[in-house]
Amino acid sequence: MAATASARADGAGVEALDTAGAWVLQKLLLRLRGEGTELTLGGLRPEFARLLDVVTKQAALHSSLSASAARRSQSTLARIGCAVQAALEQALAMLAFVGESAAALAGSLAHPSRLRWRPVLFNLRSAGFDALPIVGLLSFLLGIVVAYQGADQLRQYGANIFVVDLVGVSMLREFAPLITAIIVAGRSGSAYAAQIGTMAVTEEIDAMRTLGIAPLEVLVLPKLIALVLALPLLTVFADGAGVLGGMLMARAQLGVGYAEFADRFAKAVGVPAYLVGVGKAPVFAAIIAVVGCFQGLRTRGGADSVGRQTTRSVVQSIFGVIVADALFSVAFSALDL
Amino acid sequence: MASDAHPAAAVIEIDKLCTRFGDHVVHTDIDLQVRSGEVFALIGGSGSGKSTLLREMVLLQRPDSGSIRVLGVDLHQIGDDDALALRRRWGVMFQHGGLFGALTVGENIGWPLREHTRLSETLIDELAAAKLELTGLAPEVGAQYPSQLSGGMLKRASLSRALALDPELLFLDEPTAGLDPVSAAGVDELVRKLRDLFGLTIVMITHDLDLLWQVADRAAVLAEGRVQAVGTMTELSRLDHAAVRQYFEGARGRSAQLQGQAPARAQAHSDERREVWPSKPR
Repeated sequence: MAATASARADGAGVEALDTAGAWVLQKLLLRLRGEGTELTLGGLRPEFARLLDVVTKQAALHSSLSASAARRSQSTLARIGCAVQAALEQALAMLAFVGESAAALAGSLAHPSRLRWRPVLFNLRSAGFDALPIVGLLSFLLGIVVAYQGADQLRQYGANIFVVDLVGVSMLREFAPLITAIIVAGRSGSAYAAQIGTMAVTEEIDAMRTLGIAPLEVLVLPKLIALVLALPLLTVFADGAGVLGGMLMARAQLGVGYAEFADRFAKAVGVPAYLVGVGKAPVFAAIIAVVGCFQGLRTRGGADSVGRQTTRSVVQSIFGVIVADALFSVAFSALDL
Repeated sequence: MASDAHPAAAVIEIDKLCTRFGDHVVHTDIDLQVRSGEVFALIGGSGSGKSTLLREMVLLQRPDSGSIRVLGVDLHQIGDDDALALRRRWGVMFQHGGLFGALTVGENIGWPLREHTRLSETLIDELAAAKLELTGLAPEVGAQYPSQLSGGMLKRASLSRALALDPELLFLDEPTAGLDPVSAAGVDELVRKLRDLFGLTIVMITHDLDLLWQVADRAAVLAEGRVQAVGTMTELSRLDHAAVRQYFEGARGRSAQLQGQAPARAQAHSDERREVWPSKPR
C-alpha cells in the first residue's frame, strides 16, 4: 500500500436511518476501506449502530450468496441439454401415462360395472352439450368464410355451383372436425388440466391414492370416455352448421338457391367425406383428454404451476390435433379416400 | 389378535432406506421401527425429509433403495391388489386436509366406504355422521363444503375421513400446524382419545412441542438425512446432540416439557403459551 489516508466520519448528526440507508452507508464504508482509506465512523446513536451492525453481517452473507449463484449459472450448451432432457423425460412420462390409461380403460371395459357412469354423463354434458352453441356458431361462420372466399374465384369461371363442392368437402372432411377439436381443447382440455392440477396442489390426488381410489379411474377415464363420445357428435353438429353457413352465402353471393345447393350436395359430397371427418374426431378427443389429464397430474407446487400446466395442455393438445390431422391426410391420400 | 400376543410387535419396519432427488440426498440408511399401539412422532427441521419419509410409508413415493414393511407387507414391488388391501388398513390425514373440494364433508367421509364396502347408502351416511361426531364436529358440518370450514374444523374433518374405514394405522401430517393454541390442544386430546379407543398405531409429523410432550410415546429426530435419535421425549431430553437439543432449549421447549411432565393439560394452557411467545418489539 502506497498511501494510506485516514479519515473520521461523525454520525452524531444522523437523525433517522433505515435499512436501505444503512445498506448504502455500509457499502460506502467497505469501498473506502477497500481503497485503503483508514475510516472510522463514530458518534452514531446506539440503535443506528446496531442496525448498521446487522446490515454488515447481512452484506457479508449476501456477497457469498451471489458468488454461489454465479457459479450455478450455466452455459448455453448446458441449458439446451437440460431443456432436451426435460422434453425427453416428459415424452417418456406421457408414453407411460398413455399406457396406464389404456390399461385402465381395457380393465374398465372388461368390467363395465366398475366404470363410473355418473362422471361420464356429467362430462358428456359439460364437454359436449354445453359446447353446442359455440361450436355451432363458429363452424357456421367458418362455412360463410369458405363460401365467401371461394365465391370470387368461382364467379370468374362461371362455375358458381361448385361452391357446393368447396363448402361440402372442405367442411365435412377438414374444417368441422378441426375447429370442433380446437374449441374443445380450449374449453375442456384446459378445464381438465386445471381441475386435476388444482386437486394435485391441494393434496386431493394424494388423498385419493391413500384411500385406495385410483385417480386414473375416477378422474381420467370418465373424461376420456365422455370426450370420445362427445366430439364425434359435436363434429356432426359442426358439419351441419358449417354447410348451412355456406348455403346462405352461396345464395347471397353466387345466386345458388337452397334447392339447387341441396341437389348438388347429394351428388358432389359422398358418404366417405362425411365418415372421414367424423372418424377423425374420436382420435382428436383422445389426444385432448389424455394431454389435458396428463398435464394436470404433472402439476407440482403451487397455483402458478396450475396455470403453466393448463397453458401447456392447450398448446400441446392443439399441436397434437393438427399433427394427427396432417398424418390422417397423408394416410387417406395413400388409401385413396 | 397378533398384536395382543406380541405387544411390542413392529407395525412399520424401515431398513437401510435411501432416497435421492437428483443430486440431493434426502435419506441415507434410515432404520426405524414403529411398535404396535404407540404414538410415534417424526421430528426434524424443514427439509429434513420427514414428509418424504411419510409419503414413502403410504405408497405415494418410492425410495431409491432399502425396504419398508408396513403391517407386515413389504412395500417394494407390491402388487395392485395387495396395495389396495393395505390402503384399506390405514388412514392418512394430510397437512392441508386433502378433502375433495367438489364433495361435501359428509360425502368426503362416506366415499371410502362407498368405494370399498357394500353398505347401504343410509348406513354410510349414518357412519359418516358418527365419524364426524367422534372427532368433535357437529353433524351439520357434514352438509358443508370443505371451503366453508375453518382450519381446525378442516383438520378434524380430514381426520374423520382417515378414520372412515376403521384403520389399524393412522398417519398424521402436521396435525396442529396453523391452528390456534386452543384448537391445537383439542387435537392433542383427540389423538390421545383415538389411540385409547381403537388401539390405533399413530405415526405423526409434528413441530408442536406440546403435542410431542403430551401425546407422543416415542419420537425420532431426523437431520442431515439420518435418524439422529429415537426414544421417549424424556430420553431424548437427556441426550446431548445438537439436532436434538434444539427441541428442548428455549422458552417454548422448556415450558412444553414442564407441562408434559405434569399430567393433563389445563384450561389455562393457551394463556401460558402466549406468555412464552417472545413479545414483539414495537
